[in-house]
Amino acid sequence: MPRDHQPRGAELAAAGHIPPERVALVDLLDRLLAGGVVVSGDLVLSIADIDLVRISLRALITSVRASDPIPSAHPHGAVALPWDSGEEGPL
Amino acid sequence: MAETGTYLYAIAQDVGHPLPEEVAGVTGAPVRAITHEGLAAYVSPVPLEEFGEEPLRRFLEDLDWVGGTARAHDRVVEAVAKEAPTAPVRLVTVYSSEDQVRDLLRRRHDDLAEVLDHVTGCREWGVKAYAKPSEEAPRAEEAPEETDSPGTAYLKRRRASLRGREDAWRLAARRAEDIHTTLASISVACHRHRPQDPRLSGREETMLLNGAYLVAEDRREEFVAAVDALRGEEIEIQLTGPWAPYSFTSVDLGPTRAETLDAP
Repeated sequence: MPRDHQPRGAELAAAGHIPPERVALVDLLDRLLAGGVVVSGDLVLSIADIDLVRISLRALITSVRASDPIPSAHPHGAVALPWDSGEEGPL
Repeated sequence: MAETGTYLYAIAQDVGHPLPEEVAGVTGAPVRAITHEGLAAYVSPVPLEEFGEEPLRRFLEDLDWVGGTARAHDRVVEAVAKEAPTAPVRLVTVYSSEDQVRDLLRRRHDDLAEVLDHVTGCREWGVKAYAKPSEEAPRAEEAPEETDSPGTAYLKRRRASLRGREDAWRLAARRAEDIHTTLASISVACHRHRPQDPRLSGREETMLLNGAYLVAEDRREEFVAAVDALRGEEIEIQLTGPWAPYSFTSVDLGPTRAETLDAP
């Protein structure tokens, strides 16, 4: 079940970073698939050569939901459970 | 022996010493630096039976694989970024040899140094804003009157409710623009990612803003205080970070082989 850890800014600033296991995969993929230095040509392979549409959205969603750890209670009560807002996701 | 490739994670300013801790790469093999004139490229060997073109097309369909690889890539990038100004490289960039990476550093030295100058002393923060339109009560002047027939009263209520919802959306969208403008004014640079698909974000609410902000470290407190001050009733804000400057190093360095061949 995915969840977003949603600390207040001051908390984040004090901690300096989010523990890696708390970084939502979708936020990471925003950056790793759209940002960063791109080198084309000359390679065995770069992601730019792969048609990302081939990554099955359904597989992506199912796995995001299934593989994320169950959130433990946050001491500040700041854990939001996005799927807990009523209906299940659109699968 | 199986063929190996060279997986490139990040290019950073060369701090003149190896990473303080040994960091494992995407396949568990240790990461090492290839250096050239003040630049360091962080790489690890990967088997081409996994990272070659054909197998990779298969593995990219497997989200556990993509997730594991992305997190391992990020671990390396973060370890490097702790030590020096860093330009992360896009996920899954694989060379056939370390010589090619060395050649990239040589050929693109000035471009890379410029990118690194730009992000020096800064960290990236992510700010996502979601609309939280409330079911507003119709405004007084449009509320049905007791003398209205049931049909008229229904239409009035319906119209008022639709208008209320539209107004709420418009207001939320404008608030998101204001949030972006405010945060951009505290940042060295900003970039708006595409709003995340609700199926991926796991959120039913509409994402109005998926922003990335490059913030000087000495303005960090100011930035996060601004984010906290912008939180409100009708908009939910999520702050993530600090990240390595992924969203501000997306330069396409293009092919280097042709140039190498053309070089005298």
